[in-house]
Amino acid sequence: MSKSIIAPLPGVFYRRPAPDQPEFVREGDQVNPGDVVGLIEIMKTFYELKAEEAGIVEKFTVDNEAIVDAGQEIASLK
Amino acid sequence: MIKVLKPGLQTTVQDQGRRGLYEIGMPPSGAMDQFAFRVANLLVGNHPNAAVLEMTYIGSELLFEQDTRISLTGGNIPPKLNGQSVPMWETLEVRAGDVLSFDFVRSGARTYLAVEGGIDVPLVMNSRSTYTLIGIGGYEGRALAAGDVLKTGDLHQCKVAAGTTIDKSYIPSYGKNHEIRVIVGLCSYRLTEESRQAFLETEWTVTPEANRIGYRHNGQRLKFVEREQPFGAGSNPSNVTDLGYPIGSIQVPDGVEPIVLLHDAVTGGGYATVATVISTDLNRMAQIKTNEKVKFAAVNLDQALKIRREQNEIFNRIAESLSS
Repeated sequence: MSKSIIAPLPGVFYRRPAPDQPEFVREGDQVNPGDVVGLIEIMKTFYELKAEEAGIVEKFTVDNEAIVDAGQEIASLK
Repeated sequence: MIKVLKPGLQTTVQDQGRRGLYEIGMPPSGAMDQFAFRVANLLVGNHPNAAVLEMTYIGSELLFEQDTRISLTGGNIPPKLNGQSVPMWETLEVRAGDVLSFDFVRSGARTYLAVEGGIDVPLVMNSRSTYTLIGIGGYEGRALAAGDVLKTGDLHQCKVAAGTTIDKSYIPSYGKNHEIRVIVGLCSYRLTEESRQAFLETEWTVTPEANRIGYRHNGQRLKFVEREQPFGAGSNPSNVTDLGYPIGSIQVPDGVEPIVLLHDAVTGGGYATVATVISTDLNRMAQIKTNEKVKFAAVNLDQALKIRREQNEIFNRIAESLSS
């Protein structure tokens, strides 16, 4: 069954904690509930997007620094 | 007492605002959606200026340590009591030990939680509203954090029975395309004829820079009329000699990205303000999310006052329906 990580709010999506640091997770990585998979910047605040279920990140469905909508899929898990 | 388990993204204590200090540079703050705020207080029988919680995009998780009644109004961030869905725009009974939480936002952007008696925080310049930029008002001058404990106040005026609701026709719906009515001016003469037109015809997209201070919109570049730089004005054509900014006024620094100034904004400065959002539509602005579309529609002052009277009549009818 496919699962996904959904953006709960709109904003700018980042895969790294800072431009000179590695990505939080890469495609193929295992994630567990509570693991941070990215940041969403909104209202000058950075919201930590966390995995809610365990799985392997199959694919990020949005690009780094893309503007995302509330309810939009960010990554699919398997 | 109400214990904050999770704060949400930006949850602040707000009332009708810190009014009457604009001339010293103090913006009013206060609930961004005053309609939802007022109805929330009505539904729990509070004084009209009792403080509520304003939650933006993500709801809080709150543990109630006392029996009370609450109401939730505004943007649809679906509320749950002990994991069970509960309705918005309705008086809800809450027992000590109950946990209020929320699903992901469905529509709108800001949800208001009123509690019998109001949220009790110290009055600062006659208001309980949080002004986070300078750290005054509300709960220690900041947005709520996990572990905070809120007290309820004594601004409860009458008991409202659990299950009381307002007529469905009065409940606003929040889409993704918004027409926001404005009065053109004060400095619209600074835009070229073409750009004045373009301002009203463009479908603007709300950028991620949209908060209690202002909403920035992306669309197209607007051009200003060539001029000789007046004494005291900045060198950019979008600059004028300093003036007071009405709440809801729209400035376009360098012609790029119009900014609607809202309740926590600077009160004056040197950018040409090309239009001002009418007061009723500030409530609707409060429910707009980043990425949603905005078109500005021009109305005149008489129309704006009529719209405000109609909105007040709706509110009065709601108040009457709850008191009968």
